[in-house]
This record gives sequence, structure tokens and C-alpha cells, in this order.
Amino acid sequence: MTSLLEVENVRRAFGGLVAVDGVSFKVTRGQVKGIIGPNGAGKTTLFNILSGLIKPEAGRIVFNGRLLNGSKPFQIARAGMSRTFQTPSLFLQLSVLENVMVGRHGRSRKGFIGCGLRLPGQGTEERSIHAAALAQLEYVGLSHLAEFPASTLAFGQRRMVELARALAAEPALLLLDEPASGLNTKEKEDLAVLIRKCRDRGVTILLVEHDMSMVMGLSDDILVLHNGAVIAEGAPAAVQNDEKVVRVYLGG
Amino acid sequence: MFGLVAVAAQLLMRAAGMEYCLTQLTMSVYYAIVVMGLCLLMGYAGQVSLGHGAFFALGGYTMAVLTTHALIPDPNAAWAGWLRQARILAARPDLYGNQVLTVSPWAAFIAALVLTSVVACLIGYPALRLRGHYLAMATLAFGLIVSKLLLGSSYTGAADGINGVPEWQLVPGLVITGKKVNRVENYYIACGLALLTLWLLRNLVHSRVGRALQAIHDRESAANAMGINTALYKLKVFVLSALLAAVAGACFTHYTGGIGPSEAGALKSVRYVALAAAGGMANLWSVTVVSIALNYCSLRGMFGTYDNAVFGILLIIIISLTPQGPLKPLRAWLGQWLSRRQKKAQQRQRAA
Repeated sequence: MTSLLEVENVRRAFGGLVAVDGVSFKVTRGQVKGIIGPNGAGKTTLFNILSGLIKPEAGRIVFNGRLLNGSKPFQIARAGMSRTFQTPSLFLQLSVLENVMVGRHGRSRKGFIGCGLRLPGQGTEERSIHAAALAQLEYVGLSHLAEFPASTLAFGQRRMVELARALAAEPALLLLDEPASGLNTKEKEDLAVLIRKCRDRGVTILLVEHDMSMVMGLSDDILVLHNGAVIAEGAPAAVQNDEKVVRVYLGG
Repeated sequence: MFGLVAVAAQLLMRAAGMEYCLTQLTMSVYYAIVVMGLCLLMGYAGQVSLGHGAFFALGGYTMAVLTTHALIPDPNAAWAGWLRQARILAARPDLYGNQVLTVSPWAAFIAALVLTSVVACLIGYPALRLRGHYLAMATLAFGLIVSKLLLGSSYTGAADGINGVPEWQLVPGLVITGKKVNRVENYYIACGLALLTLWLLRNLVHSRVGRALQAIHDRESAANAMGINTALYKLKVFVLSALLAAVAGACFTHYTGGIGPSEAGALKSVRYVALAAAGGMANLWSVTVVSIALNYCSLRGMFGTYDNAVFGILLIIIISLTPQGPLKPLRAWLGQWLSRRQKKAQQRQRAA
């Protein structure tokens, strides 16, 4: 088992507040790794550092054998790391299908000249983008909404479209930032099924989640953050019984 | 569709004996090309430029300077002869009847495009790496600088601008010139260029690039996280729209035989922005139609001395009544009217 992602001693402070304080961990290829911790533990900051939206002050991030420190988000995305956001951030001017097609951006090549002049190959590429995006929408079960404007979707549907958009890039690693928050029970069940399906397809998943039953049920391995530092790491059962974790997070 | 309307307009004016109106219509079409470029930049990519008048002038003045000034110190030098043979230089009489050696229009055109790209990159590169209204401020400053430079320099004719720009033979048989006999031909050259621009921009809008631009407009950080090089895309779309303005300016200058410093003024730039807004921003068709129509009225002098005021009021009315541009509601209203008529006809049939 090789590790897909290695994070070493990553640190980031905002003013006097140290949001992520020397975090190190590894993500093994093919696993689902859960990240839990109380609000303000630094989970989202860690995600933003991994996906390049925030620069770390110190530490190393090695993904797929490549050092990613200081890379721009688009470079990280093209290296094979896709993410979803805590509050779904679809492109509201575009249709549902077009949103997913944008997720395909890093996997296609034609630029201003190729698209503007419709050079040979542009039509083929456009059709393949269309087909791949439609396939992802079907995968999350929303192909019937393909032509709707993204702004007309309900919250739970936006989540799923965002997931399809991230999957359209065919990522090696998928970062899911609280995918279950705001979903009802039925939607949560569907989401869990979908995440398992993704893992079975070979996508490695890093999951920040507050819903304990979900994160415990899905994860192979769990990392617990508190005040920006790792306080426990291991299998769900072990973490659940860890004294420190129970005290600061789960409650006795 | 655009082609049909263009032909219909020309035939109508011929029938009405008003062919002289084609001159202003041709000018309006050139202005509309600037606005189309702005439509892509502002409506789709969400970046505001207040300096497109200056890019229009940059294209026009580069053409005017290179094709009228005697730039070669020694016309009899061997390399000058060689460049003449390559048709990069051309001899023509100046205002006093002396033969001078000037740059030929096609070579000047390429120089104008290169110059515009370089200038647009220099302005856009620092401004577009940041998020927010930096581009608007940078382009506004650029426009002011350009218009002051043009006004202050005798080389560009100061307040008079440059006159006596020669005709531009695009290909044998197609000439951009203001001569009366070429009026219809020039109208179709302008329309053809506008059609080509529309085709290019529509291709872009309905492609990977167009989706990326709209994604940047909506949520720039999310777009970047999707693998879009947002800074590069913003720069490219800015340069493209500046180039379209320069192309329009270059053709316009040869058509009217000259160009003045007011073309670079802030009022012109703001007018382009306002026209794009009145056309509904992200709506190429509507932007094109609105900008041709309003510019035509303005050039015909329909608004008299109140030109800018009437223009402003009209734009406010359009924007406040139909923020998505006047064509969309019109189409919806037409659709409703048609379906209502159909229903009535069906009812009548049933009754009978």
C-alpha cells in the first residue's frame, strides 16, 4: 500500500490564531479517510491548504509523488485532486450539465483559438466533454435535471451536482468538505452509498464530516483535529474509545 | 439571421432613396464590434474595462500614423526598396503633392494588432492577477493617458487628429474607403466583419472557454479549484476584446479617412460599457442590435445637442425596465402573443 498524499508538519496562522498547527498525516491509496473535530479545529483550513486556496506557512504536501507546496488551486486540481465546498458553490449562471462540464476543464485542451475558430477536433472534444459530464450526472442520479439552470436546484441537489462536477475531473483524490450537512436522512443515505461507490471505483477520499454515524460507517481510518493539531488517528473503533477524543469532542 | 437583416436594411434604404444613411450605419456597425468584445469581457467573464475607447483609438491611430507619415528618412535606401517590393511600404502623395514613403495598410494593421496586444498585456497582467475592480481602474487611467497623449502630441495631430488616411485595399476589388461609389460595398465589409466577430464570439461562448469564463464570473475561487487558470483566462479575454476594439478602430479610420482624439475619450469608453449593459451584458445578439441602433440614432444627430443626455436617459430606461436586454422580454412577449392567438383559433374551431 503506497500513500497517495503525505502531509508533513503543515502550519498556518491567521494573525495570532494558529488555525493549523503542525499537522502531519498520510492518506493511503484507495481508502476513505475521515477528518473530525469540533468547530474551529482547523478542518476547513486544512482542506483549503490542501487544495491551494490558502498557502501554508510551513510544512510539506506531497501528492502522487509531487511536491504541491505553493501550487495554485488549478494546478493542484489538474494534478488529480478535486474538492467540494462546505456551502455548495455551483456556477449559478450555468445549467446543471454545464456545471459538470466545467469540472472536465482540466481534462480537455482546446483554448481560445481552437474554440473560437472551431478548429478540427474541437467538436469531438466538446462532444466527449458533454458525454462525460452526462455520465457523471447519471452517476449521482440527476441526469433528468441536466438542462435546468443551477440556480433552480434545491440544496441537496446542489450538493450532488457539486460531487458530480468534482468527479468529472476523474480525480485520484476527492476532498469532501462536510458533504452531509444540510441533507435530510434519505439524502444522507444516498450520499453514503455514492461515496462507497466512488471508493469502489478506485477514488481515494478525504472526508470532513460532523455526522458521526456517517463518518464512522464510511471511513477506513480517522484523523481527529483539535485546536489545529492532531490528537488521535486510527481505525473508527479505536478513535471512538480514545479518552482524549471523547473528552474534547464526542462527549462522555 | 444578422446577414438577412443587414441585406434587408440596405435594400430598404435604397428603395426609400436614403442610401446616404448607410454611412452612419456602417460606422455604427464598427462601433458595435467594440461593444461585442466588451460583451464577452464584461457579460461573460465579469471583468469591467473603462478603456476600450482607447484601444479603438490605438488601432485607429496606429493605422493613421503609419499610413500617412513619412517615416523613412532615406526613401532611396536599398532596404526601403526591398520593403517596397514586399509591399510593406507604399509610396503616396502627401497633402502638398510630394511623394512620401509610408507603411502599407496591411502592414500597418499587423503593427496595430501587435501594439494593442502588447499594451493590453501590460495593463491586464498586473490588474487581472488581483480580484476586484482593479482592471476598471487601470483601464480608466489608461484611457485618460492615451487621450491626453493624443491631444498633446503634434505627431498625432493634437486636437485635429489625423486626416487624409488613404483607402485600404483588403483584397483586389474590396476597398475600405469613404468614397460615395464604395458606400454599399463598405457597408457590407463592416457587416461581414461584424458577422465574423459574432461567429467567433458565439463559438467561444458555447464552448469550454465560454463555460470557464462564466465560471470565473460566478465564483472565481471555485473556478480555479476546477482546474481553470483564472488569471490567464482573464488576461486572454481582455486582450481579445482589446484586439476587437483595435480592429474596429483600424477599419473605422480608413472608412472615415481619419480619426480624432475624442475617440479615445473617457466618454466614449463609458458609452461602450453602457451599450453593453443596455444590451443585457451576457447576450451577444441583444448587445449587437442595441448598440447598432442607438449609435446610429446618435450619429444621425437625432438627439441633437442633448446627445449624451438622451443617450444616458435611454440607457437608464432600458436597464431598469429590462435588465437582461430588450430582446429577451420582446421574444417572450411575442411567444405569448402567438400562443394566445393559437388558443383563440382553436377555441373558434371547436365552437364551429
